[in-house]
Amino acid sequence: MTMAAGEARGLRRVILGTTTTWLALFTLAPFLIVLAISLVESRFGVPPYEPLFAWSKGLWPVFNGTLANYATLLTDPLYLEAFGSSLRIAATSALITLTIAYPMAYAIARARAEWRFGLLMMIILPFWTSFLIRVYAWMELLNANGLINALLIKLGVIDAPLTLLNTEFAVHLGIVYSYLPFMVLPIYAVLERMDWTLLEAAQDLGAGPFSAFRRVTLPLSLPGIIAGLLLVFIPALGEFIIPDLLGGPGTLMLGHVLWTEFFNNHDWPLASALAVSLLVLVLTPAALLYRTLRRAEVTS
Amino acid sequence: MTGRRSIALVSMLGFGYAFLYLPIAILIVYSFNDSRLVTVWSHASLRWYGALLDNDQLLDAAWLSLRVAAVSATLSAALGTAAAFALQRLRPFFVARGYEALVMMPLIVPEVLIGLSLLLLFVVLGNTVGWPPERGAMTITLAHASFGAAYATVVIRARLSQLDPSLDEAAAILGATPWRTFRRVTLPLLMPAIAAGWLLSFTLSLDDVVVASFVTGPGASTLPIVVFSSVRLGVSPQINALATLIVAFVSCLILAATLMARRRSA
Amino acid sequence: MIDRPARGAAPVIAIEGVAKSFGAVPAVAGVTLDIARGDFFCLVGASGSGKTTLLRLIAGFEAPDEGRILIDGEDMTNRPPYARPVNMMFQSYALFPHLSVADNVGFGLEEERRPRAEIRERVAAALDLFDMGSLAARKPHQLSGGQRQRVALARALVKNPKILLLDEPLAALDKKLRERAQLELVALRERVGITFVMVTHDQEEAMSMATHIALMRDGALCQVGTPRELYDAPQSRFAADFFGAANLFDETAGRTVMVRPEQMMVSRAHPSRTGVLAASLANVVFLGNAYVCHCALDSGKAVQARLSPADMAALGALSAGDRVYLSWDPAAARVLTS
Repeated sequence: MTMAAGEARGLRRVILGTTTTWLALFTLAPFLIVLAISLVESRFGVPPYEPLFAWSKGLWPVFNGTLANYATLLTDPLYLEAFGSSLRIAATSALITLTIAYPMAYAIARARAEWRFGLLMMIILPFWTSFLIRVYAWMELLNANGLINALLIKLGVIDAPLTLLNTEFAVHLGIVYSYLPFMVLPIYAVLERMDWTLLEAAQDLGAGPFSAFRRVTLPLSLPGIIAGLLLVFIPALGEFIIPDLLGGPGTLMLGHVLWTEFFNNHDWPLASALAVSLLVLVLTPAALLYRTLRRAEVTS
Repeated sequence: MTGRRSIALVSMLGFGYAFLYLPIAILIVYSFNDSRLVTVWSHASLRWYGALLDNDQLLDAAWLSLRVAAVSATLSAALGTAAAFALQRLRPFFVARGYEALVMMPLIVPEVLIGLSLLLLFVVLGNTVGWPPERGAMTITLAHASFGAAYATVVIRARLSQLDPSLDEAAAILGATPWRTFRRVTLPLLMPAIAAGWLLSFTLSLDDVVVASFVTGPGASTLPIVVFSSVRLGVSPQINALATLIVAFVSCLILAATLMARRRSA
Repeated sequence: MIDRPARGAAPVIAIEGVAKSFGAVPAVAGVTLDIARGDFFCLVGASGSGKTTLLRLIAGFEAPDEGRILIDGEDMTNRPPYARPVNMMFQSYALFPHLSVADNVGFGLEEERRPRAEIRERVAAALDLFDMGSLAARKPHQLSGGQRQRVALARALVKNPKILLLDEPLAALDKKLRERAQLELVALRERVGITFVMVTHDQEEAMSMATHIALMRDGALCQVGTPRELYDAPQSRFAADFFGAANLFDETAGRTVMVRPEQMMVSRAHPSRTGVLAASLANVVFLGNAYVCHCALDSGKAVQARLSPADMAALGALSAGDRVYLSWDPAAARVLTS
């Protein structure tokens, strides 16, 4: 072997070594630590949890692990409700987002080619600007003396301000608003690649516009729809900022409950158990998302 | 497209863009409102922008955020480049898949979990090896790099997979060693994607509340942490002004980057 | 002008028992082949025949599982591509999109650490050779397909390689441009004098350009020879069919005889010679400069004959179902050896 071939191997080794070390330290290890701490009991002190292994007496460490935290999560109605409402809110928000995003993606895909880039940029731009500020903007609009209430009163639709902020409605609105680009982009990506002569073929074979859409366009855009639904559902499930700022104390969502357990109750083990459960919940839709994206890649 | 349907589509599109942009637009307009009450318009003024300049806590936080974002974005871009190459070369198949899952993990894992797990990592490391000695700017930077790198990897990998593999071979047969090929061909061709990855990690870092709240220590508050704790108490005209500035800053950054990318490719 | 080197006895490329498989799939199976200095050598075959893998083995992009490859008597088997006296023109041209035409052409010279002035001079000379001097500052995406092809050639030749490898170099050009480029490539080889090894799937392209052809099938060499040898004296049915149309007749002795359609004679009356076949005319296809008569023997076997317009006129008006007699000069018939 020549020296330069060794150079190639050395280069590959440095690249692989760096990424592997980084991943092991900052992705794998943190998760294993969360898993470990979810298995111990909390205590007063620093750090506020019992060690997983105790070297009390004898040669062998004593395993301190317990499933008590998970038992709490599965029996306490508060956590059960948090699981239920997280899944429900994430799912309904994803469906609402779809109904707004699909026509937008369709319209952009059928717009003139020279307009598409600009139209798409306008979808993406809000995604780049601050998430926090976009949620904050709705706080201002939904306030009891906010613009929406002021407008409705002025128009005579209502007499007294509606409670819009700190409701589940506001949480749905926040999720739809924040994650709309995630739905538009994958659907657009599928529609943009679609061969529109297929629609003409369907109409030639006797399908009306609606039937052609239902039997040709919709099935062909299904990978985009599935990807979009999951791209909204997955982050919504563990969302913290939106329920915190728009949902108020009445809205129970897992991300928010975890935050409260950690920062307000200082129960690190229970927060860890919540984190592990959240990951388990996210894993199935994530695997589905991966498969959908992978398939779309293969077929294109 | 027939006329009626196209009108329906265009109005849906218009409604969508209004939905996306109106809340921000209203926020920007009201940042120029002189009234202390956010929802009552008195007259236009720059009063709240002036107040921002006197708010030392906010200015310090902004400066810290910019530094953290710049360093973590640079780390993310470097790691993202390395990870993109690693994923391209890894064999066999199941090793590559496992590696990919690990690299992409921060993209699907909820922020609260990333924040909690990294905090616990820093706590455990601090207790066992004495590093990091304290939590603050450095731990935030590392935490941001850990999820920024995942996003950067996606962007850079997409570009890497588009590169014609015969370009590498062409360089090799023209006499370039693997390292020279990387420097003269692959890296220059990847540069736009690396820059995009950097920018993405930069804005994500600049925007992060949750992870930073977990891994920070006493005395190190980034801008989003300060804004968030203020916003939790209710809307305030000063935050409107700040929000306007942040939106303007990020929009300018993205527009400049987009125009530059378009000019390059034209 | 570089003098054309004399064709010596020692081959410039010697491939000795080379085998390469990808996983369980053998791509090249034990090929032994010598390529003479100054040849325009074509590797032809269908896709999957191993011709591209063989070219990539010569370039050094693949390492053989077995056997060795020598260039000018020197063993290249373990040398990486960047240390071989070989350059290559890629099917996609593989022009570096971030570099100008001049920088693309100068890329290899810079790797040799040549002085700046020399690089400039040689790049200019190479571009002039292809009439591309005025486009030196352009980027690849600002060039037409034909211009890109010339840049790719200039870039591969500027380093004065001993051998130029060409992977389907004309596949990306349209038909009209391709015919001109074929002539230009042949003239270019005459001019620079080095050995060209070209991969193509197009048998007509190989016939019109090559001095020698190697026909490949399933990773092995099927037949090696000049274009005339391959056309006039194919050794196998596969070779006979690959280079143009062939009428094949299995004789009772177990041999197979081939007659090309243009050697086949058609007459209305029984000709006075032996080995005449009676047939009925199925149809006649007009090609402009020739007619192809598709006939069916009484056994049902299809036979083609290619006639010049003059011969066709001599036959008079023909219509489907007409009885005709097919015959050939015994000297035009070839016995297939395998």
